[in-house]
Amino acid sequence: MSTQTPDTETESEAEQPSSKPHHERRLAEKRERAETKEAERAAAAQDIKGETVELKVFRFDPEIEGKEEPRFDSFTIPFEKGMTVLDALIYARDQYDSSLTFRHSCRQAVCGSDAFFINGRQQLGCQTQMADLDWPVRVEPLPHQDVVKDLVVEMDHFYDQMEAVDPFFDPDDLPEGELEEQRQSPENRENIKLSTRCIWCGACMSSCNIAAGDNKYLGPAAINKAYRFYMDEREGEQKRQERLEIIEQEHGVWRCQTQFSCTNVCPKDIPLTEHIQELKREAVKQNLKFW
Amino acid sequence: MSQSYDRGLIEDFGRWREFTAGMWAWVFHKFTGWVLIGYLFTHIAVLSTSLQGAETFNSTIQGLESLALVRLLEVGLLAVAVFHILNGIRLLFVDLGVGLESQDKSFYASLVLTGVIVVASVPTFVSGAF
Repeated sequence: MSTQTPDTETESEAEQPSSKPHHERRLAEKRERAETKEAERAAAAQDIKGETVELKVFRFDPEIEGKEEPRFDSFTIPFEKGMTVLDALIYARDQYDSSLTFRHSCRQAVCGSDAFFINGRQQLGCQTQMADLDWPVRVEPLPHQDVVKDLVVEMDHFYDQMEAVDPFFDPDDLPEGELEEQRQSPENRENIKLSTRCIWCGACMSSCNIAAGDNKYLGPAAINKAYRFYMDEREGEQKRQERLEIIEQEHGVWRCQTQFSCTNVCPKDIPLTEHIQELKREAVKQNLKFW
Repeated sequence: MSQSYDRGLIEDFGRWREFTAGMWAWVFHKFTGWVLIGYLFTHIAVLSTSLQGAETFNSTIQGLESLALVRLLEVGLLAVAVFHILNGIRLLFVDLGVGLESQDKSFYASLVLTGVIVVASVPTFVSGAF
């Protein structure tokens, strides 16, 4: 503040080595600021009372110089009862590093945006309790998907595969009246109930070894989607046939080698392998002819 | 989205510690399958010595069987074959959609059964070699 007299002295002192370029002085100030900030942060971390947990987070940002190389950052998070991995990540972002990037939305395992690779397993951040994990907790982006930044992965391929199986309802005949319902028997509903739970989080696709090696493979989620409509008794005969043709291709159901990885990681407990196997049997039944 | 980072193959076999039962079953099934194919060729090679007469065949077999290493390899071959058979039966049930919830237990069962059968066969295979 140049209007204040005491400041003029310090100002002149600072400007004393004016032979030094202006820019260097600014850099030095910046460094100093960063150091004090760092110290404050360290002090804040030490101030945390009670139990703390160490969170190791995968960091990568191709657009910032010096951050192109992937690395792990550690954050000290105050532990609270009932804390999820997502809560911890949000704390780290809000308190320590606002550039920490990850997708999240509903925080209740419905939106499917926060699937991470937590301690070596694909899990939803919001569904995983910190207390259930081994500490320090290591959070990485989903494997087998390209990392865009930090914990954000490229999901385009996954969505393409989901759409490849025509995930929509297409009955042959519509009921008479405009407000008439299209009824489904309770038994049939039971059959497809679990498959309707999918939240498109991509954990299954990420865990699948075959999907990693074969980019054309539809993947567990897409096949499950196909199962949901194929097994629905209201599905039109024409569409049923078309859908079967999509899933019985070389890169469809037959790529599944029953490793059960997808079934193990699915946050909604969908028996994915069972559904894939059922569709395999359907495909065989359609094509086997004894003559 | 200027570029994205691909973490490469390390994601797969670098993470073998995190493999689950179904994954190990798949790895072992592949491995034993390739070993059995490899064995098939040596099997044909040894058997085809009989084309040069009974004498050659007998001496080849006797020569091979007198080697302790071959006896040990035979035990290994039995282990590989038994596991492949048992896991094959397991996969058959998986294909039929039977007992998918206990697929990990059936994998462990086939491992244990393989172990038992192999240990029980050791005296038969190794007797007289050492």
